[in-house]
Amino acid sequence: MLELRDVSKRFVKRLDVVERLARRLGARVDEHTVHAVDRVSLEVREGEVVGLVGESGCGKSTLGRVACGLHAPSGGEVLFKGRHIAVGAGIRLPMQMIFQDPYASLNPRMRVEDIVGEAAVFHGLVSKKDSPGYVAELLRRVGLDPSFVRRYPHQFSGGQRARIGIARALAVKPEFLVCDEAVAALDVSIQAQVLNLFMALRKDLGLTYLFISHDLGVVRHVSDRVVVMYLGRVVESGPAAELFEKPNHPYTQALLAEVPKLERRKRAYAPIRGEIPSPIAPPPGCHFHPRCPHAMPRCKTEAPALREIAPGRRSACHLNEGP
Amino acid sequence: MSLLEVRDLVTEFQTRDGVVRAVNGVSFSLEKGEVLGLVGESGSGKSVTGFSILGLVDPPGRIAGGSVRFRGEELRGMPEEALRRLRGRRLAMVFQDPMMTLNPVLSIETQMVETVLAHEHVTRQAARRRSVEALGKVGIADPEARLAAYPHQFSGGMRQRVAIAIALLHGPDLIIADEPTTALDVTVQGQILHEMQTLVRETGAALVWITHDLAVIAGLADRVAVMYAGRIVEEGTVAEVLDAPLHPYTRGLLESVPANNATGRALRQIPGMTPSLLRLPPGCAFRERCSRASERCTTLPELAGRVRCHHPHARAA
Repeated sequence: MLELRDVSKRFVKRLDVVERLARRLGARVDEHTVHAVDRVSLEVREGEVVGLVGESGCGKSTLGRVACGLHAPSGGEVLFKGRHIAVGAGIRLPMQMIFQDPYASLNPRMRVEDIVGEAAVFHGLVSKKDSPGYVAELLRRVGLDPSFVRRYPHQFSGGQRARIGIARALAVKPEFLVCDEAVAALDVSIQAQVLNLFMALRKDLGLTYLFISHDLGVVRHVSDRVVVMYLGRVVESGPAAELFEKPNHPYTQALLAEVPKLERRKRAYAPIRGEIPSPIAPPPGCHFHPRCPHAMPRCKTEAPALREIAPGRRSACHLNEGP
Repeated sequence: MSLLEVRDLVTEFQTRDGVVRAVNGVSFSLEKGEVLGLVGESGSGKSVTGFSILGLVDPPGRIAGGSVRFRGEELRGMPEEALRRLRGRRLAMVFQDPMMTLNPVLSIETQMVETVLAHEHVTRQAARRRSVEALGKVGIADPEARLAAYPHQFSGGMRQRVAIAIALLHGPDLIIADEPTTALDVTVQGQILHEMQTLVRETGAALVWITHDLAVIAGLADRVAVMYAGRIVEEGTVAEVLDAPLHPYTRGLLESVPANNATGRALRQIPGMTPSLLRLPPGCAFRERCSRASERCTTLPELAGRVRCHHPHARAA
């Protein structure tokens, strides 16, 4: 359904006036380029839930935005049902995005009826006359009382706002939802309600999801397949159950080992060393080598390719290639 | 005598719509070297409890009742000057956002040396040595050189380490940590939990770890107190509370964690949402979301043994 081919996204920090002047005068000032996403290929099949995990700065949100057409890729192609999404808004309409912050992503000065109904009327999915009934139906669908339509976002709790965001995305009859940390800001008990809603919608409406999250527990629960990113590159991908059971890449292994679990009591934490390096100057070779317990001389110079290690499973690590 | 004894603590906030009781009769005690996890969802009053212990509640909030005894000494009503001598020396706090501790325009050295000198008459050199030592203890590489840096030159995880180092400068007896790892990535969180665990073991300090994450508590704490709408609803050892929860809310919370559900199946969820503290129903605040609620629940249950509930789950569950 969605295919990303060698997609890259670079952000360039342009020089300001002083820096340009300094360069004119002969100083060595360079533009900073951030490789937020570095030649990533990804495929999402119809009806599938693909989880995209990684820590902050790994490029997962940027990739979600590129997939949705909110950012133009700096390189590579994004195809939705075989067509380039760059062509026009008509192709992108079936792809909707659900954002992390239920506070910042709703216009505080619009009523719920307008937030949810505006896009559907604009795109001619319903007439203005039928809009109130349509909105009421959507609100029921996401578990909100339709009598709330005249209210403003500030009159709702965080969990209810998340539902409004979902209703807004559903209003244009999407087939594909990109959820960017959609439950990260919610309390555990509310998070469970919203995750259940996502899964019910998947079943009832046949939706496909790209589910972006840093929360491995959540991703494991909802995803069919999982893609792990580190500093702009995919390091491992595979079916969720297999990947969580037997992670191949040292980074995935470390990440899974660090997740606090209820059944691990008074454990001794034995963390991996170091922090995520800056994406402005990522380490050469394999980005993970400075923190990797298995790093070899080769890892410092040569970036490992993402290779198939078992049917449906890929990993980017030199260890898989034997001596 | 316990290190810390909190009895019937009440903290209120005056708002335009009425008085909000963020902390509503909280009692617990803490021994030397013990780690208590204070768990709750947003608005449960867990952070305000932490602030109230240190007397850090500003108007329109006020501590309206109860007692906080630290090493046998009553902190409530203590003159501000005396309290200030305790805070930072015997009592320390680590915040969720390290920039609440750090001043962005002062170097780490200035901030740490000042903290030492505020409580002790030592030479600047001695204070500096102590600072270097403290930074090293929380796992900062090359502490000597990093001392000259400013907060913005550090990553989020490093800043949190500096904030923890400052809290540790005087070897406090009690550290209150308010969600210090919530904003951090999993691998960095693991590192900080590791440092904290080691430090508590080495120094014998008691720790109150405030969080919404039950899994973090499982790995770190000796005892857990679960808060809901300003009250402690269940308290016990980690094994008691997490393996055999008695309160329907604690059980509901544990059941809604994805790891405790079959993959891909609907998660067990607690219906409804946290009630507004302005319009708390009389009796048990959880009753409107509770499947076990009855007529009796319109009266407030007392904390009996581990749990505050008229219809707790059976012990052998």
